[in-house]
Amino acid sequence: MSAIPAEILAGAERKPHRTSGWWGMIATIATEAALFAYLLFSYGYIAAQAPPPWPPVGAPELKLALPNTLVLLASSVTVWWAERRLSRRGDLRGCRRGFLATLAFGAVFIAVQLLEWHKKSFTPASHVYGSLYFTITGFHMAHVVAGWVMLAAVAWWLASGRAGPARPVPVAVSAVYWHFVDAVWLAVFTTFYLLPRLG
Amino acid sequence: MVAVVGSNELGRRLDAQWERPRGLVGWLATVDHKEIGIRYLVTAFSFLVIGGVEALIMRLQLARPNAALLDPAEYNQLFTMHGVTMIFLYALPILSGFSNYLWPLLLGTRDMAFPRLNAFSYWVFLLSGIFIYVGFVTGHGPDAGWFNYVPYTSRAYDPGPNIDIYALGMVFFGISTTVGAVNFIVSLFKTRAPGMSVNRVPIMVWGTLTASFGNLAAVPAVSLAFLMLWLDRQFGTHFFDVEQNGRPLLWQHLFWMFGHPWVYAIVLPAMGIVSDALPVFCRRPLVGYTAVALSTVATIVLGFGVWLHHMFATGIPPLGLSFFSAASMAIVIPSAVAVFAWIATIWTGRPVRATPFLYFAGFVFLFVVGGVSGFMTAAVPLDWQLTDTYFVVAHIHYVLLGINVFPVLGGIHFWFPKMTGRLMSERLGRWSFWITFTGFNVAFLPMHLTGLLGMPRRIYTYPAGVGWDGLNMLTSIGAFVVALGVLLVVVNVIRSLKSGAIAGPNPWDAPTLEWATSSPPPPYNFLVIPTVASRHPLWENRLDETGERSSTRVGPALDHGREILRTTPLDAEPDGSVHMPEDSLLPLVTALVMLAGFAALLAHHWWLALAAAIGTAICTLVWLTPARPATLGAP
Repeated sequence: MSAIPAEILAGAERKPHRTSGWWGMIATIATEAALFAYLLFSYGYIAAQAPPPWPPVGAPELKLALPNTLVLLASSVTVWWAERRLSRRGDLRGCRRGFLATLAFGAVFIAVQLLEWHKKSFTPASHVYGSLYFTITGFHMAHVVAGWVMLAAVAWWLASGRAGPARPVPVAVSAVYWHFVDAVWLAVFTTFYLLPRLG
Repeated sequence: MVAVVGSNELGRRLDAQWERPRGLVGWLATVDHKEIGIRYLVTAFSFLVIGGVEALIMRLQLARPNAALLDPAEYNQLFTMHGVTMIFLYALPILSGFSNYLWPLLLGTRDMAFPRLNAFSYWVFLLSGIFIYVGFVTGHGPDAGWFNYVPYTSRAYDPGPNIDIYALGMVFFGISTTVGAVNFIVSLFKTRAPGMSVNRVPIMVWGTLTASFGNLAAVPAVSLAFLMLWLDRQFGTHFFDVEQNGRPLLWQHLFWMFGHPWVYAIVLPAMGIVSDALPVFCRRPLVGYTAVALSTVATIVLGFGVWLHHMFATGIPPLGLSFFSAASMAIVIPSAVAVFAWIATIWTGRPVRATPFLYFAGFVFLFVVGGVSGFMTAAVPLDWQLTDTYFVVAHIHYVLLGINVFPVLGGIHFWFPKMTGRLMSERLGRWSFWITFTGFNVAFLPMHLTGLLGMPRRIYTYPAGVGWDGLNMLTSIGAFVVALGVLLVVVNVIRSLKSGAIAGPNPWDAPTLEWATSSPPPPYNFLVIPTVASRHPLWENRLDETGERSSTRVGPALDHGREILRTTPLDAEPDGSVHMPEDSLLPLVTALVMLAGFAALLAHHWWLALAAAIGTAICTLVWLTPARPATLGAP
């Protein structure tokens, strides 16, 4: 066969959505999404067969959870903006700012969620609703923390030149994971906070 | 960038780049897919032998009525560990071993997409297996059956650490399966040789790819179920606690939502082995490549809609019963497509009755028997009669030995020359096949009858004179004959390693890329990246399907450090060269830190568990941190 043009061989890392790292993250997200599907299935399976009232303590309040949901959504917007600054304009500073804003929003979400847990009148051992509530929101929290550490690492790499306009893969990979964490929250939030209000 | 094979200097350069350092550290740090693949094979085969010995002890106990070799508690641990060992620690890892060894060779590249992750997945498999076995040898093995139903396994009824060890061990093991599946999927879509479009990959690759997708979707169910059980047992949550409105059946749903796709995950790659290797001995291409590939995918898709057939006797509403019964019967269709394709391949070919052919042909027969008994139990009324009897035990053994062990033994004879450079003894091979095949049918064919006569599974002994004595003795004799056959395979392997005839690159005159390189292959697999023009690169001159020819002699050399070629997902057009990681101790260290974490959870050392979690995060960060730009070589 004829030689493969040198520019094709050299351009491997420039388009992050073609790299193995990106594909690996998408596959990881797929299996994590399955995990949350099983968690929410368990909630639905137990809720459907539990004697009324469900939830036994009444639908959870929205006072903290709704604003916190908006905070998490805002963090998705900032990381999307950060990625765009880098890929469209090569703007390293803008990208770093976007990452720092996302980290700040993420930290607020974690803090408010801890406060919400603290204010609950029940524990995981109180009743099966408590087991489900803390396990599922706990799983989500673990993913938020993992995503936050990932974003912090990439922010550090952006500062030290390990990631940047010519090496955009870490930015794209961590951003898509963060979007996933947000999307999962919407499913958890809808299940726990909104659905009980419909009945 | 283009090199022509024959250049010794290129070979020396690639050797220097790809060969692992000598010594213990090099051995522990290697990321070579071939070494990892062989480790997977050896470890999983060892688990097969251990699980087999457990079965033999049980068959001694069951050979006669009212035997007292084992007490009920010992018997419970033995049958549970036999199931856990065979289903989890042998059946999938042995196929991962073949796939790890073969994929880059079949796909015409130099390693998996994530070589270090590959090493990590092996170490986690090994350590999680040891974790579960440490419980067993200290007398705390899982003892409620491999599917571990609550409430038997609730703390109230099984208070020791037995179930906790199993639960944590399975969550740990699931990590290995999951990262392995990610690695296979990305390798398939990113690393194939140019020209190897998806309709040209070997069926074995289809099988492992399909199984990997299945694992991504299914493994979280069982990991979650075991975690919930552990939380119920240790922290007083109520997921399965009926007094607090928890649901014991939730366990069964989650377990079988995982369990049934898993059955296909541990047979589809093995069926792929047959689809690729059987035609070599029929001296013709597989009949119906596209149909077999599509039926592989269809099987796993249907396989996600049949889990309830393990629960027909639990009081499910009739609508559910009907749906899942119909779906279970529908799986016969893709299975039959594959069976008829194999039969047609044998029929229209010129069979060479070498040892691998015997194992593969034997597999087709056993698959049909196991398929028929599966079809029978898919019918609800019959299942109600047969559930929890030895009929089901006979069925699962026809399926799992038939569709997994026989292709694996055939595959060992087939690829041993590639892995070692030497042929196995044909004479010993034939003996081993006929002994294993005869013993298997002596052991398990009568077992259908034992079940029809009403003998329940999992009882540690039975009274004399209820009509089960002779059948059980027959089964026990058959089991020992199977063991003799497997022993002969081991003897053959060990003898042939030293004194087997030299194989050469392609002793079977096979058509796929792994046979285009030397036996055993060099650390870099191929001197130049091959270019593929058909499904059978080494048979093109004979088949003459198109004017195009594959090339393994001229192509990109990629010799600036460890490099592979990345190609596009469907058409495999070149899309860039990728630098691969060097050998590293990080995979082993990370797996050991995680092992410490799981041990700490078991022992309730919460601070140690937290430290291990932080340690795992640090390992991961070190692993993933990109090099500084200044330290990168010239482009």
